[in-house]
Amino acid sequence: MDKVIVAQNLSLGYSKDEYIIKDVNFSIDSGSFVFITGASGSGKSTLLKSLYGALKPETGSLVVAGVELKGVSKGKLNLLRKHTGIVFQDYKLIKEWTVEKNIMLPLLVGGYDKKVQQDQVEKLLSHVRLKHQALKYPKELSGGEQQRVAMARALSNNPVLILADEPTGNLDDYSSQLIWNLLEGANKDLESTVIVVTHHIPEAMRVEYKHFHIEFGKIHERI
Amino acid sequence: MNAFKNHLSLIVALLGILFSLQTFIIVERAIDAYKQNLANNYSLVVVSKKNITEKTFQEKYNLVSNVKELAPDNVIKKLNSGIDKKNIELLKLALPKFYRLQLSHYPSPNEINSLTKSLLRNKNIMKVETFAKSHDSTYKLLLLFKSVISVFAVSVGIITILLISKELKIWQFKHTERMSIMGLFGAPTWLSSAVLFRLAIVDALIASSLAFILFSYLSSSDWVVSELTNVGISIKIFETLSDFSLMLGVALLVSLLLASFIVISHKEEV
Ligand SMILES: Nc1ncnc2c1ncn2[C@@H]1O[C@H](COP(=O)(O)OP(=O)(O)OP(=O)(O)O)[C@@H](O)[C@H]1O
Ligand SMILES: [Mg+2]
Repeated sequence: MDKVIVAQNLSLGYSKDEYIIKDVNFSIDSGSFVFITGASGSGKSTLLKSLYGALKPETGSLVVAGVELKGVSKGKLNLLRKHTGIVFQDYKLIKEWTVEKNIMLPLLVGGYDKKVQQDQVEKLLSHVRLKHQALKYPKELSGGEQQRVAMARALSNNPVLILADEPTGNLDDYSSQLIWNLLEGANKDLESTVIVVTHHIPEAMRVEYKHFHIEFGKIHERI
Repeated sequence: MNAFKNHLSLIVALLGILFSLQTFIIVERAIDAYKQNLANNYSLVVVSKKNITEKTFQEKYNLVSNVKELAPDNVIKKLNSGIDKKNIELLKLALPKFYRLQLSHYPSPNEINSLTKSLLRNKNIMKVETFAKSHDSTYKLLLLFKSVISVFAVSVGIITILLISKELKIWQFKHTERMSIMGLFGAPTWLSSAVLFRLAIVDALIASSLAFILFSYLSSSDWVVSELTNVGISIKIFETLSDFSLMLGVALLVSLLLASFIVISHKEEV
């Protein structure tokens, strides 16, 4: 099977003298569904940041969709990001844009035409049960609602790779289930690779998944 | 409301710049007009043994714009009692010639000195009266006025820089986040900064239009016109085309520089 992510002797950190992720090797198959767990502060978000190129490898190499991220050019990185849907732990919604426009962002960047943008936004708004909030601004929404907007945005251009950082962290069981259904759907129907950081792996998963656990800067697969 | 607030702060800063710029231009124009007034009222008197034509004066001395021969009739009248007409004509010929020289611009004391020297090099010219005392004090007053204006211009410049750098911080704060987020979804710089540049251009247009309206109003206001006429200066406060082009240019330049600076200094946050 094709590998969408290959990490070799990868170390990550915010300063030269202290690495958060230390010399790890792992790979992720294309089209797979992966959960990443670990204690708070263990480096889960740090790992995701490296996967979308916001944090450069300190040592080793990290290849995502065939692109070496160590010393990657801005143009190549942008191309990669156009096909990556990210749900950030702190949502990162654009304050001065409406919910609708926020969800459209990846479509805007991708240069899709207006009709496609509108249809896609309609569809996703109903998937995350936020049709009635389409024209609100992020600060007018509850935390959980903002999180669902972030999810809808990540999925709007049917990305090849989905990176979600605790996408159900602020949601009740019902809304959490909506999110899991969406991610499973993207994985099953669109064959997107899905990587989710979470503290709770849901009981009933309809797709096969792998589970990586981060501890003391190392990544282990749990079987 | 939100969008309005986004625009307001930059527009106010730009308006401030345009207002002081135009004020400075107006003051410069007023000084120039005043200098022209002074030049028109100021003249030298030259005493010469022989006739010198206006043309000769103008060719030899660049500064000289206008020459008037002073008729000696008044002097002669005073002497006159029993002198007959024929002798008076002879006397007139024997008397030196008096010329009043007007200058093309208001001269500095140095210019007067060198003009005097070069006039005296002419063998025929016996005396040059420059009315130096009163000229010097007027000139000093003018210099003082100019330096006051320069201080004003420098302070306006400093205030402008402060205003703009404060604006820069606000803009950076406002736009960095959006630009970063757009970048995380693969937007190239031109796309993530498009809003910024559009805002910069729109605000520059709005600010220069507001300044245009303000100064058009001022230049047609009766009060301003009569105040200026009272001090004897007639200038145009607002040259519709050239002043407006300058305003628009300055506003666009400042706001586009501001936007470019933000784009260049933008770093992706981790
Ligand atoms: N921008 C940053 N600059 C410096 N250090 C950072 C930065 N972000 C995170 N860290 C440090 O890196 C470590 C790992 O942080 P990270 O956010 O990856 O944890 P996490 O596993 O996602 O935790 P959580 O479950 O609480 O989200 C922490 O000790 C944190 O202090
Ligand atoms: Mg985290």
